[in-house]
Amino acid sequence: MADEILVVAESRNQQLAPSTAEVVTAAQKLAADTGAELRLLALEGPAEDLCAALAGFQSAGVLRARHEALAAYSPEAYTQALVQVLSRRQPRYVLFAHSYRTRDFAPRLATRMGRAFISDVTAVRVENGRTIASRPMFEGRLAADTVFLGEPPYFLSVQIGVFRGDQAARAAAPVAVSDEGVTPAAGPGKTEAPFQEAKHAVDLTQAAVIVAVGRGIKEAKNLELAQKLAAALGGEIAASRPICDSGWLPMDRQVGSSGQTVAPKLYVAVGVSGAIQHLVGMKGSRAVVAINKDPEAPIFEVADVGAVGDLFEIVPALTAEIEKLRQG
Amino acid sequence: MKILVCLKQVPAKDAPVKVASDGANAGKWIRDDVGYETNEPDAYALEEALRQKEAHGGEVVALTVGPARAAQVLREALAKGADRAVHVLGDDLAALDSYAAAEAISRAIAGQGFDLIFTGLQSADFGFGQTGVVLAELLGIPHSTIIMQVEPIAGGVRVKRELEGGFFQFQELPTPAVLTIQSGINKLRYATLMGIKQAKSKPLAQVTAADLGVTPALNRQAIQRLYVPVKTKKTEMLTGAAAQVAGQLAARLKNDLRVI
Ligand SMILES: Cc1cc2nc3c(=O)[nH]c(=O)nc-3n(C[C@H](O)[C@H](O)[C@H](O)COP(=O)(O)OP(=O)(O)OC[C@H]3O[C@@H](n4cnc5c(N)ncnc54)[C@H](O)[C@@H]3O)c2cc1C
Repeated sequence: MADEILVVAESRNQQLAPSTAEVVTAAQKLAADTGAELRLLALEGPAEDLCAALAGFQSAGVLRARHEALAAYSPEAYTQALVQVLSRRQPRYVLFAHSYRTRDFAPRLATRMGRAFISDVTAVRVENGRTIASRPMFEGRLAADTVFLGEPPYFLSVQIGVFRGDQAARAAAPVAVSDEGVTPAAGPGKTEAPFQEAKHAVDLTQAAVIVAVGRGIKEAKNLELAQKLAAALGGEIAASRPICDSGWLPMDRQVGSSGQTVAPKLYVAVGVSGAIQHLVGMKGSRAVVAINKDPEAPIFEVADVGAVGDLFEIVPALTAEIEKLRQG
Repeated sequence: MKILVCLKQVPAKDAPVKVASDGANAGKWIRDDVGYETNEPDAYALEEALRQKEAHGGEVVALTVGPARAAQVLREALAKGADRAVHVLGDDLAALDSYAAAEAISRAIAGQGFDLIFTGLQSADFGFGQTGVVLAELLGIPHSTIIMQVEPIAGGVRVKRELEGGFFQFQELPTPAVLTIQSGINKLRYATLMGIKQAKSKPLAQVTAADLGVTPALNRQAIQRLYVPVKTKKTEMLTGAAAQVAGQLAARLKNDLRVI
């Protein structure tokens, strides 16, 4: 087995997805800790070139696996191509971003190779020769140190937003690119191009103040409480996914990985637990205020000010206070 | 269409999270006051299966892998309209990783010829998000993940996959296939009194995991230690009477954040 760490790059619209730089940051750290050599692997269609961008990162080499069957993503073609590359190279670690695409093929790949895939990892360390990956459990309310029981390669997906892509070490001169020949067959079925549902009627990205409600609001009729608070603050109302899933607010008011990404001056989270899929959509807010009855709720980890208590008492009182201050 | 729905029983959303700090159980979840419920995306998967059956005919079979308490999710599935249920039973099954759970499912349904297998896209407790895809690989059939719409077509299904940032994508797959279902794909129904009554006479088969050769020894990954995440951010926490908290908060919004 080679002492190698492979990062599998992800493409989006023929370009390197921003999450790849985050994985490179994580992998460079792991390389420094273990002494393993880091290489960056791109799966490409004939007309694609991810390698030029990958060559800008500090690494021991960039690997290009190019084939017609990889032009459009399919889990089977990705699995076959990666099995071919990994069987030849026998790396110790294989790292991905924990993206929708990785979720789609990595469990299949790891299973085909008879290995474990530890998903959604927030930190990796090696202790006494043992690799320990930390990952959230129970929607971030707990964390678990998780270990691989079998042989390498160890498959890991890195949670998006944990490592900073802009901290990935850059190469002084472009790193050499070499070809990894692959002959995957396209999987069964047919995949169409991605599309966006209707154009967003509300553009939350422009809002200076956002009041976001979560499941703590309990019933649709209680939304009024949050709406009044939003009105008092001159802000927009937004929500966590379950609120939009229930049809209480339209989907274009959803914040998070499958909704909008916002960065207002003030984000008030009301009865939102702070699952990672929500946090990635609002972490960039200038200031975050969280109102939640559970002092351990993960939302407090990103909040500047946290109010612990019953939102049904705090929110109306806060609205009244704000109105008083505005008049006074 | 013959549809299998895989359901997991998970700790309820508001379950207290306490981890033992010492003794033989150090680093393990103290589950004394924990209530349980059906994993949310799995409930949506069941609903989708029932809707497919109502629209196109067929059979819906609910399956769970878990200890005796997990039978509750099957009783609920039967009450909502599943035709029969399979419980893969064992005391230590809460410790299975996705791979071992998928092995248990694939062995339990061997030879049953399902056209579609639905799972939730991930569980609320472990959150591996892998069981459905691993199952597809073990069965040697195609899969699609994070599904928001299912429509039968000749020889297969047309599905709408959710992608990141509000994007979607249509995909056509031959059946049999595994689909991992996303919350919000449909509106959940409640069990009716009639349904609950009828459920009592529906078949609920039990098979022990040991008989299938499945134990946590199959696991390819293991949790070494659980812990409550350490807070790294210095959050100013306001506690006390609601009126007082609201007053302090409003003052902060005015003076520090200058939004009032
Ligand atoms: C692939 C994928 C994509 C996803 N995309 C998104 C996304 O884009 N956006 C998103 O938000 N989620 C998304 N999710 C779902 C996400 O994982 C969480 O399930 C969701 O964010 C939880 O919503 P919530 O915080 O409103 O509900 P819960 O987690 O149920 O939290 C409710 C909170 O309210 C508090 N509460 C209850 N009662 C009161 C009260 N009286 N007073 C004060 N507080 C109270 C509770 O303490 C709790 O913290 C996605 C999940 C997956 C798997």
